[in-house]
Amino acid sequence: MADAVDRDLAAAAPLADDAAPAPVPARPSGVPDKVLRIVVPLGMFCLAILAWHLYVTINEVPHYILPSPVLVAQALWNDWGTLAPALFVTIKITFTALFLALVGGVGLAILLVQSRWIELALFPFAVILQVTPIVAIAPLLLIYASDTQTALLICAFLVAFFPILSNMVQGLKSVDHNLINLFELYGASRWQTLIHLKIPASLPYFMAGLRIGGGLALIAAVVAEFAAGSAGAGSGLAFRLLESQYRLNIPRLFAALVLLTATGVAIFALTSFISWLSLRRWHESAIRREN
Amino acid sequence: MSLALKTPSEQVATGRAAARPVVALTNVSKVFSNGTMALSNMTMSVRPGEFVSLLGPSGCGKSTALRIIAGLGAPSSGTIDWPSSQIDSRGLPEGDVGFVFQEPTLMPWQTVFGNVYLPLKLRGKPKNAVKDQIMETLALVGLQDFADAYPRELSGGMKMRVSIARALVTKPKLLLMDEPFAALDEITRQKLNDDVLKLWAQSGLTVIFVTHSVFESAYLSSRIVVMKARPGQVFADIALDPPLQRDDHFRTSETYRAICAEVSDALQAAIVKGGGVHHG
Ligand SMILES: Nc1ncnc2c1ncn2[C@@H]1O[C@H](COP(=O)(O)OP(=O)(O)OP(=O)(O)O)[C@@H](O)[C@H]1O
Ligand SMILES: [Mg+2]
Repeated sequence: MADAVDRDLAAAAPLADDAAPAPVPARPSGVPDKVLRIVVPLGMFCLAILAWHLYVTINEVPHYILPSPVLVAQALWNDWGTLAPALFVTIKITFTALFLALVGGVGLAILLVQSRWIELALFPFAVILQVTPIVAIAPLLLIYASDTQTALLICAFLVAFFPILSNMVQGLKSVDHNLINLFELYGASRWQTLIHLKIPASLPYFMAGLRIGGGLALIAAVVAEFAAGSAGAGSGLAFRLLESQYRLNIPRLFAALVLLTATGVAIFALTSFISWLSLRRWHESAIRREN
Repeated sequence: MSLALKTPSEQVATGRAAARPVVALTNVSKVFSNGTMALSNMTMSVRPGEFVSLLGPSGCGKSTALRIIAGLGAPSSGTIDWPSSQIDSRGLPEGDVGFVFQEPTLMPWQTVFGNVYLPLKLRGKPKNAVKDQIMETLALVGLQDFADAYPRELSGGMKMRVSIARALVTKPKLLLMDEPFAALDEITRQKLNDDVLKLWAQSGLTVIFVTHSVFESAYLSSRIVVMKARPGQVFADIALDPPLQRDDHFRTSETYRAICAEVSDALQAAIVKGGGVHHG
């Protein structure tokens, strides 16, 4: 309790500093803000796992209903031999799909904004593909595609593709008109305007598309694999998850789930980091407000 | 602070006698697609070394005229001539025009240096070859220490200076400014007015300066063109002949007051004639 009060004081002190016009002294001694920002969420997370563990052991919940975190960790360790290749397959599909979606989405967006006619011509297809739940065409893709993995890849690609496309189109269209005038004034070619103005100006939109697309690619890769449900050497985490359920190997199911979550978090962290890295110098979204 | 600026009167005087106009508008009309007639038979020519203010009520077509001169949007009829310049394929004088918009219009992802480099970059000049030229231009507007700053780190007045530096970096013959300081506070505006005058006096630039303000135009110009609205046309053309020293002293002088009164009367007459009375 006393500790918590101390911490409150430490947090309140900078406010007082801000208000004082006199030269600001060094931060009050105590836990620096940066450390706290890592420690607080991490501590909270550990507490939650501990609560889970206590709940399971105190109530003696059978492990085929809810395994304890220790059991899940054990399953992760023992079944690594089957889980790791599955993880690799899922990651490979997700990232290949995301990469293709980035190339395709950005490419098509640039093409679309070149001329109103191209946009009008392709618009219906974009809308139809966007409003159709892609998972619903997974069974069809499974028939058409040469193998399951290709079908999963196409599925994940289609799902990740549209947010990137629509964000990028939006970005390319929202360039400051005065800047476009300026480029025209200096006789910039179409290509120069694209490279030096339109693409940098739409970078924040691209980054938003990347973050959404990254998350969706993983989700689509998993959901499509549920639809496919095929076994074999090339199966991903979703299949291992289903398989564990059939066999009532709930700790392993949880282990697969943990791996999926970790992959999702990693993708989120990676895309957020890339976004921060490229926008940190100039865009409002990545700048700390100092007033 | 006294800048002790002299209007380059001799330059203007000899310019008038000898040189051909930098730009000449003849019967220029502009009708927008929605039917608005922004300009009708506007005729005006600007000689080398002049500092011309375009003054007029809001909506009288000042910006439209300036844009047409800059080649942004063709006139519906009439001609724009550049009697003393090489014309490129777009009908514009080669690198002879700089434009300062009402807003700074900087690229937020580029540093101050990158923003000023833009016009040269678009001409295919490698960065290293023009580095000195860019730094010189930045020094001209007093921003040499901010080359690596991003626009968001600058104040409104500093952003405007970057915009001016960008317009000057190509060493244009003609500088077009569309109410560049309208959004700034009085003190900053005063300072930038002096800076622009200094640049003008030093470099022999020709300036067309759009403004709402009688006082600003009277302080800066060697010639004031008053426009009337509906349709936009030249209403009065007031040359300020005497070689005036533009400084703090001038601002409080009787001459300045007289010029303001004359210009103000002309503007009033233009408003009455054009029916462009402002409510509010
Ligand atoms: N893109 C456009 N489409 C249609 N009408 C326009 C367009 N731009 C300007 N106008 C009209 O043309 C007239 C002149 O506009 P302009 O912007 O040149 O005025 P201005 O003198 O610069 O006014 P202000 O001092 O308020 O900036 C106005 O009546 C305006 O409504
Ligand atoms: Mg205007």
